Amino acid sequence: MVFLFNIFYQFGDSLAFLLLAAIGLAVIFGMMKIINLAHGEFITVGAYGTVVSGKVFNLPLPIAMAFGVLVTIIFGLILEKFIIRYLYGRPLDSVVATWGISLIVSQSFLVIFGPSYEGLQTPMGNFQLGEFSYSEYRIFLIFSALFLLMLLYYLFMKTSFGTLARATIENPSISSSMGVDVKNIYTATFAIGAGLAGVTGALYAPTMTIVPSIGQAFIVSAFITVVTAGASPFVGLVPAAAFLGTVQTTVTFFYKSTIGLIAILCAVILIIRYLPNGFSGLILKKRSK
Amino acid sequence: MKKIVIFLISSFLILFSNAKAADTIKLGILEDETGNFAIAVVPKIHAYELAVKEINAAGGVLGKKLEIVRYDTQSDNRRFQEFARRLIKKDKVDVVFGAFSSASRESIRGIMEKNKMLYFYNNQYEGGVCSKTTFMTGAVPEQQFSTLVPWMMEKYGKNVYTIAADYNFGQISAEWVRQIVKEAGGTMVGEEFIPLDVSQYSQTIQKIQKAKPDVLMTLLVGAKQASFYEQQASAGLGIPMATSINVGQAYEHRRFAPPALENMYVTVNYIQEVHEVIKSGEFHDKSKDYVKRFRALYPNEPYINMESANAYNAIYMYAKAVEKAGTTDTMKVVAALESGITQDGPSGVVTMDPKSHHGSHTIFLVRVGKNHTVTIPKIWKDIQPYWLGDNGCDLANKADYSQYTPSNPPKN
Repeated sequence: MVFLFNIFYQFGDSLAFLLLAAIGLAVIFGMMKIINLAHGEFITVGAYGTVVSGKVFNLPLPIAMAFGVLVTIIFGLILEKFIIRYLYGRPLDSVVATWGISLIVSQSFLVIFGPSYEGLQTPMGNFQLGEFSYSEYRIFLIFSALFLLMLLYYLFMKTSFGTLARATIENPSISSSMGVDVKNIYTATFAIGAGLAGVTGALYAPTMTIVPSIGQAFIVSAFITVVTAGASPFVGLVPAAAFLGTVQTTVTFFYKSTIGLIAILCAVILIIRYLPNGFSGLILKKRSK
Repeated sequence: MKKIVIFLISSFLILFSNAKAADTIKLGILEDETGNFAIAVVPKIHAYELAVKEINAAGGVLGKKLEIVRYDTQSDNRRFQEFARRLIKKDKVDVVFGAFSSASRESIRGIMEKNKMLYFYNNQYEGGVCSKTTFMTGAVPEQQFSTLVPWMMEKYGKNVYTIAADYNFGQISAEWVRQIVKEAGGTMVGEEFIPLDVSQYSQTIQKIQKAKPDVLMTLLVGAKQASFYEQQASAGLGIPMATSINVGQAYEHRRFAPPALENMYVTVNYIQEVHEVIKSGEFHDKSKDYVKRFRALYPNEPYINMESANAYNAIYMYAKAVEKAGTTDTMKVVAALESGITQDGPSGVVTMDPKSHHGSHTIFLVRVGKNHTVTIPKIWKDIQPYWLGDNGCDLANKADYSQYTPSNPPKN
């Protein structure tokens, strides 16, 4: 029983990290095809928004987190309006531009807030099971990740906004001629992606050291998850994260963290070699048969 | 912009100082004013400046003023190499002080040795450097671990688990812990080396719980790995932690929200709380005096850490050795430093060991308690850096330029 719970806890923790790291990028890169190297900085904005508002205005944590997400959405809107808007359909140029944004943002955080900022305490407590004790907040993270993903799936697959967004990104000129406000749809979709990255930053802020490079901790996991998820991120994200999480947890369990990191990267190489369309490609192919 | 300003200032300094060359003794300083390590390093830079100001106010050395030539190495090993060459070739300094991480020290030590440049490394580290032209004023494992580990084992039990950063500092420090645990009759119930990029620790925490250690050695480095402390507190790990690096360098007990570091034990050769915790006597007076002088010059320093004391002592030891040698000639100053130079610093007398070129230290055992308040349950006086000397490193009689480890000791 304890053994099974341990497997759930470790696997769930790894899954939550991969999903939450990838969730904003799934919209911005997976859907909109902007290779967003500033994804980590969106997470940084969310984390700092949470911690700084929590400290300075003494806000309770959930409100501080909401504030952090709001700040990231505004940040995303501003970026979209002045920079990203001109980069749709130019994936290589978006690499250079977003890399520049990432440098500017992380250095600005260093200048404004210094090399480290006092963190918040992790909320909730811990509980004991046999010889092990567990952080309740970590369990909360697992369910938050799954909930956010369901929300995202619902938004883009089941609502009229989602249909318009997918249509617009698939073919902007036809959508436009059908009377869709293409510009606003793009802006809104990008803001949703930024906001989700902000949620990730807000959720992990109380568990990590608050430094200007905090978002960098997520970026590799984010890209490998989105890439293995494939062309339709909302379908592929969960199986991709589950697969990578299983590889990492299992290998780390039997060997050590270093080998776990190597294993996850090897797994990604194998996936993009044998499943070039990622997990979503595999699933959709099966469905269409 | 900052780089341009530094460049202009430094090129101006080069021109200016060449014009009046022999009038000053030039001290090259390479420290990370910015980047990953800046938090722990800025107090060091200020300590160098404090010592130089004091010595100059007292008339300088051999009738000459000390002059600092300093570059910001930005926590980047390539910058270290670039600026090390510049200090030697262009600025023609008489001595170099600096480096925080072991990786950056090793990146410039070779350059110093090749150019016969006297070099002071003023940081606690994994130990074992036996080099004719290099002097170490920071604490080493036989000072920090052979005190700490047996004390922890006696108080909490003999089963020890180590988690360490996966590079030279962590690997060698863990080797030391392994050796000391074995000598003290304990058992290593686990050991894990963690890449510097890892920021999530649920699995590590469970592995530790499974092994049921009495003492957890945490030799973690950098901001990402520091996330371990918050995560272990939130998981309720509750195992006493021991380390040689936290608190004394980057003052995590002041920067992290309690109870992340609660029940952590650290061996340091100085921290600014010494005189607040110890109410009277030699250590109280010396620490209080040091902090007062430091704050007079830098009132906004967030924390006066142990490496600041090492940096401060290094400048004084160099000045005393030059005074004694009557010249700044490298080999003559080395000989003077090998004559048993002492310096009465912020935490008492430090003596330079002629055999290994390391300093002796007062070692304070610091405990981080509830709400991160600091206590000092134990003081070890005058702990010698004995390991290299006992194992055949004898620099006063036999030149050497190597780094040794317990599994790779000097050959006799």
